[in-house]
Amino acid sequence: MEVILGIAIILIKILTIFGVTMFIAGWTTWVERKIIGDMQFRVGVERTGPYGLMQPMADGLKLFFKESIVPDGCDRVTYELAPVLALVPAIMSIAIVPFAGSADSFKIFGQTPFIAANINIGILFLFAWSSLSPYGMIFAGWSSNNKYSLLGALRSAALVISYEIPFGFSIIGILMIVGSLNLIDIVNAQGSYHWFIYRQPVAALVFFISIVAETNRPPFDLSEAESELVAGYFTEYAGMRFSLFFLGEYIMLFVISSMFTVFFLGGWHGPFISYDVVNNTWVQAIPGIGILWFVIKSYFIVFVYMWLRASLPRIRYDQMMSFCWKVLLPLSILNIFTTALLNLDKL
Amino acid sequence: MDHPYLPILILMFFAFIFTVVTIIMSDLARPSKPNAEKNSTYECGAPIFTDARGMVSVKYYIIAMLFLLFDVEAAFLYPWAINYDKETLGLFGFVEIVIFIAILLVGYFYAWRKEAFEWES
Repeated sequence: MEVILGIAIILIKILTIFGVTMFIAGWTTWVERKIIGDMQFRVGVERTGPYGLMQPMADGLKLFFKESIVPDGCDRVTYELAPVLALVPAIMSIAIVPFAGSADSFKIFGQTPFIAANINIGILFLFAWSSLSPYGMIFAGWSSNNKYSLLGALRSAALVISYEIPFGFSIIGILMIVGSLNLIDIVNAQGSYHWFIYRQPVAALVFFISIVAETNRPPFDLSEAESELVAGYFTEYAGMRFSLFFLGEYIMLFVISSMFTVFFLGGWHGPFISYDVVNNTWVQAIPGIGILWFVIKSYFIVFVYMWLRASLPRIRYDQMMSFCWKVLLPLSILNIFTTALLNLDKL
Repeated sequence: MDHPYLPILILMFFAFIFTVVTIIMSDLARPSKPNAEKNSTYECGAPIFTDARGMVSVKYYIIAMLFLLFDVEAAFLYPWAINYDKETLGLFGFVEIVIFIAILLVGYFYAWRKEAFEWES
């Protein structure tokens, strides 16, 4: 009985967080179309529901009932596996998103609230799952037997693994200061106002450029450069299989933006959250206010993504690769050394 | 029932079931009328002249090897960064990591001089 109750509570928590993330991911497409529409002096979506708010729902339903075309000469097993491999890592990475903090003693039926899995290797878990995403790309590109798909897959896989290195290196400075891989510890180490964005500005810059490239967003969207590669690695996908790629991309967009919030913008901290010296915990003056700050900060990063998309032209592939290896990588290693030297008194 | 990895296991089951069930349900609901034209590989309307799976530029292999090198370095740096304090590492740990990164940087500059990061050539 105890076991069933425990699993039921975990399931409820997971379903809530999953539902919230799905909602955010779906309506991010609406936000993106509206913002880019406004920036280009267009109206954007407006027909379905007030302000076109039901557009993501309509798109989802349409894709659900669309025919799925299996191209000739495709490798069936990898072709079917690729959308699953693209979406599952994205769903898995929401497990470690800390929407808000709570006192260590505060638990609902033995579960830490506001975070699906409070594990002590949080950031390694994210890296592990995001490293799996090139498999989805390569499988999709290779199995389709389409030249555009294969070129797009090769490009994006090489891009993602290249940018993974500055992505991983840039936060080592923070780990040195905090001394923990747990995301809640990292957020609490920043307190209300000592955000890492001004204690580690170089790392923040490198991290931000890397996450834009990691999520294959403009101006680094070379894998799906519409003007040259049609749609990149998912050119041959249609219907629900296509929408799984799409969904994975938007979930990853939100998760990665929230990671920027966790590492550099102080997570859920903000006004009305103060440190209780007596009990040695952070106290939210208004319950749930932390979630609001967290979503606002993360959504600001999502907005910057869209801002970049509306402002910047696409960068050439060779420029991107040499920028990663010749500029970002040395910069992130330099950042590790500088942080180590500045924190020599810790030794 | 408060093992921290239990939610991850459940989420993993859930993620796989969600994706597979969505695809299967969509397959049951959608129409399916394939024909030769529709199923042919998309190549902007032009007839297909070769198989897509040809040879791949050696650049990608070089990038993959360099990635392995630096990713292993990152895997070593993470535990080091966590233990950057008096009790575990001390000054010895700092000197060690300087030597470790210096050795890797030699390889990095070698790759740079060998034009591994140039895509035009």
